[in-house]
Amino acid sequence: MFKDFDWAVIGRALPFLVDGMGMTLQLTVIAIFGGICFGTLLALLRISPFRPISFVAGSYVNFFRSMPLILVIFWFYFLVPQIIGRPIGGFYSVLIAFVMFEAAYYCEIIRAGIQSVTRGQIMAGTAIGLSYIQAMRYIVLPQAFRNMIPVLLTQSIIMFQDTSLVYVVGLRDFLTSADLIATRDNRLVELYSTIAVVYFILCLLGSLAVRRLQRKYTI
Amino acid sequence: MIEIKNVSKWYADFHVLDDCSTFVGKGDVVVICGPSGSGKSTLIKCVNGLEPFQKGEITVDGTSVGQKGVNLNALRSRIGMVFQNFELFPHMTVLQNIALGQTKVLGRTEPEAHDRSMLLLDRVGLVDQADKHPAQLSGGQQQRVAIARALAMDPIAMLFDEPTSALDPEMINEVLDVMVELAKEGMTMMVVTHEMGFARKVADKVIFMDEGRIVEEANTKEFFEKPRSERAQEFLSKILSH
Repeated sequence: MFKDFDWAVIGRALPFLVDGMGMTLQLTVIAIFGGICFGTLLALLRISPFRPISFVAGSYVNFFRSMPLILVIFWFYFLVPQIIGRPIGGFYSVLIAFVMFEAAYYCEIIRAGIQSVTRGQIMAGTAIGLSYIQAMRYIVLPQAFRNMIPVLLTQSIIMFQDTSLVYVVGLRDFLTSADLIATRDNRLVELYSTIAVVYFILCLLGSLAVRRLQRKYTI
Repeated sequence: MIEIKNVSKWYADFHVLDDCSTFVGKGDVVVICGPSGSGKSTLIKCVNGLEPFQKGEITVDGTSVGQKGVNLNALRSRIGMVFQNFELFPHMTVLQNIALGQTKVLGRTEPEAHDRSMLLLDRVGLVDQADKHPAQLSGGQQQRVAIARALAMDPIAMLFDEPTSALDPEMINEVLDVMVELAKEGMTMMVVTHEMGFARKVADKVIFMDEGRIVEEANTKEFFEKPRSERAQEFLSKILSH
């Protein structure tokens, strides 16, 4: 049955696919970086002893975790431009959506990481005169991040797969690029299988990295 | 130097500290003992503001601990504290553990902090362990590093919260030796411990606590020879009978 397939289409489409992969990786990296930064801030707010602050951060997290990602993308692509009166553009709207959405998940991972560091450590830090913020920065967060590297990476792998949703706003990432060629040349099987293999290999490499790091950082 | 006046503390309805008052003079070594749950640890954690208290007043070198607006961080940097579970920072080397407070709180330069840390490590007999991580050390060694870390801040007083309770028996002495040394040099110390040998040897005063109250406070000789309260007599007979 394979005789009808034209695998050469992959070679011809390669530059186009690589270009799309560039977009996918760019989105992934920026969204992970932004998500972790914003997520750390949210986590610190969420463990704040000052109730109103932790309530706001908690509500944010619960809200975004109850929303499908695709809906959040639609908001920033379709609704927010109407409110502010000008278009945001595909790239920036998905980027904002990813960062805000992923931050909610990263927040929970980071919060658990922070809480995995015992109270005695903060006490020991403040006992030598460090302020709360210094104790967080030099003592709690470095240990917390070590503890949560595996989970953060796992979430980031999911993030990498989720970037394919930019399809809906017409941004040309890896999946969209493949889809365009597939429908133009009517080579659905060839392209869909190829990109499945690529996604599989990349995510597998990610998981292997997680496992290695897990072994390296177990204290 | 350290004055505790009518301090009371509650955890919700539970009365942890009940009207505790005492005084620790400069250069004094005070041992606090008593059954577990009697509030000993809580009391010394109140001294450097790690535990808040609801009533009373604690002053350290003229600074009131509980008062609003007091720079607690600055005060804490001048009071050394050693914990039961060492609480070394596991992601840092021994040297980094000792240098952290010096550079971030006292504003010493890296070389200054390094030299001071090595001096202190020499003092606790651990120079050769400087570049190891805490997990690579024995409990006794970790506690000695913790003492060095506290001393690196040039404290005016040291608080010890059951410093040998988490140690294997054969490691207790190496830690106590360092503490005896410190006491002899005239360091002001408050020590929560069950090591009555240590108390006899260096303490000027022993405080016995039970159920959040200071039941008995006497100079060391008096406390061991003729404790006044029945509760202290009972406690002593139990821990000294072996």
